[in-house]
Amino acid sequence: MAFKITSSPHVTKNSQTATVMQRVILCALPGLVVQCVYFGWGSLIQVLLAIAVALVAEAAVMKLRKRAVGVALGDYSAVLTALLLGIAIPPLAPWWVIVIGTLFAIVVVKHLYGGLGNNLFNPAMAAYVLLLIAYPVQMTTWVAPAPAAQYSPDLLASISQIFLPGSGDINLFRLGIDGTTMATPLDTMKTGLSMGLTSTEVLAKPLFDEGLSIGWFWVNMAYLAGGLVMLKLGAIRWQISTGMLAALFICSGIGFMMNPDTHGSPVFHLFSGATMLAAFFIATDPVTAATSNRGRLIFGALIGVLVYVIRQYGGYPDAVAFAVLLANLCAPLIDYYVRPRTYGHRSGN
Amino acid sequence: MSNYREIAWQGLWKNNPGLVQLLGLCPLLAVTATVTNALGLGVATMLVLIFSNILVSLVRDFVPKEIRIPVFVMIIAALVTTVQLLINAYAYGLYLSLGIFLPLIVTNCVIIGRAEAFASRNTPAKAAFDGLMMGLGFTAVLVVLGAVREILSQGTLFAGADQLLGSWAANMTIQIWHVDTSFLLAMLPPGAFLAMGFLIALKNVIDTKLQEKQPTAEQQEIARARITKVN
Repeated sequence: MAFKITSSPHVTKNSQTATVMQRVILCALPGLVVQCVYFGWGSLIQVLLAIAVALVAEAAVMKLRKRAVGVALGDYSAVLTALLLGIAIPPLAPWWVIVIGTLFAIVVVKHLYGGLGNNLFNPAMAAYVLLLIAYPVQMTTWVAPAPAAQYSPDLLASISQIFLPGSGDINLFRLGIDGTTMATPLDTMKTGLSMGLTSTEVLAKPLFDEGLSIGWFWVNMAYLAGGLVMLKLGAIRWQISTGMLAALFICSGIGFMMNPDTHGSPVFHLFSGATMLAAFFIATDPVTAATSNRGRLIFGALIGVLVYVIRQYGGYPDAVAFAVLLANLCAPLIDYYVRPRTYGHRSGN
Repeated sequence: MSNYREIAWQGLWKNNPGLVQLLGLCPLLAVTATVTNALGLGVATMLVLIFSNILVSLVRDFVPKEIRIPVFVMIIAALVTTVQLLINAYAYGLYLSLGIFLPLIVTNCVIIGRAEAFASRNTPAKAAFDGLMMGLGFTAVLVVLGAVREILSQGTLFAGADQLLGSWAANMTIQIWHVDTSFLLAMLPPGAFLAMGFLIALKNVIDTKLQEKQPTAEQQEIARARITKVN
């Protein structure tokens, strides 16, 4: 047995950008699969289209900037951005929605600010907000989840809806079993509460099953599972996710205790919309988050509070994209006030 | 005469109030959703700018330095009120769509800036020319921004031109392309900021290209002077 003598560091960890990004992408796949089970092939097609556009855009911009194209394509960061955006937008949105969004994410949000590592905002979320503001109708037309839907889109229907928008009636796929148009759980809750229903009455609608959102619950569970695997692999740190979920749980808990009729329960908030996707895959983007451990906790908690405030009192049903962008803005400030003590120095200076 | 050429160059390009000095951003971003609005506000600002420059230049020797700013502001306010009343009388539709931004011309930094920096130090003729050129530069930026945003959001140009020019212009609307789903963002303030950023970037690119074409003056090498004596 030969003992090799090497100098420190003796414990090495494979933490290159490409490896981390690959792990994050792989861990997001179960969630994507569950999403496809409940909402048809649309999400998968959107993701593939987004990845293709992102790679072309990334290569073109790197060429324009006279940088190495291969390195940028090999670090998988553009693929991850495209994946997150493709997951986030409605499965049957027309093709130009995802193309415009991906181009904006890669060219404007990422490369105009200096490329990977220099962007102020999370590219996928900035693009999502752009799309939501520019195309409110397309961006809020979600398909009804399969068990509760009258018609579920098969592969052919998904393709024709995405690439030939207007070829069929998209509203057909939004019909529930009872023949009424379905929205997302968060949207239904918001509309229901504003119409004077209590949250229990809203949860009795066919979109929900025993107080849980059909489809959305399992999508969130799959992202939670993927996130836990990422934590185990060390691809992300626990602080941001924990901070966000805890803050959302506490805020919704306080609201629910004060008046359960006009507030969704903590479980409803944690397992609806993009909560888990945001907590593990979006907010944890190392470029745009705070950088110290305490800073990460504050950063995550800020997102959680903002998500709850916007969901409960804002104009949009889900709030993850806005909350993440606002927290991105605060990240430098958080870093400034939460500087870890340098070894050998007193804290404070 | 080259002096006038320099003034024109400064106003239209090199020191453009919209793209370089970034003055008057509030109306610049708020009313440029269509070309018609942009042109209307641009022309109104230009008129105010020319006459305020002339008046400030005329009174420059009689106004004590200490109270010059209040005097300038009063001159500008009087002119803005005049322009506002004129537009209210002759282009009522435009008056409605420009809204608060018409009286707000009085706070436009371009106008007080030119009064202070140029008109209070130059002859009325030069001041008037400077006002015209700065106004043209400002209007040009407004119109380009308005055109970009109108094409992106509605696919048209000069929609509603009859509000500005009278009923004969009702058919002036040009349909560039037909949009099923309008790109709402271009109509909203964030779109204005984005478009403005791209315009400034474009100007910087053109400037860099122009600079590359210019022959660079050769730098004279500094010969090292010997201080110690060699024997």
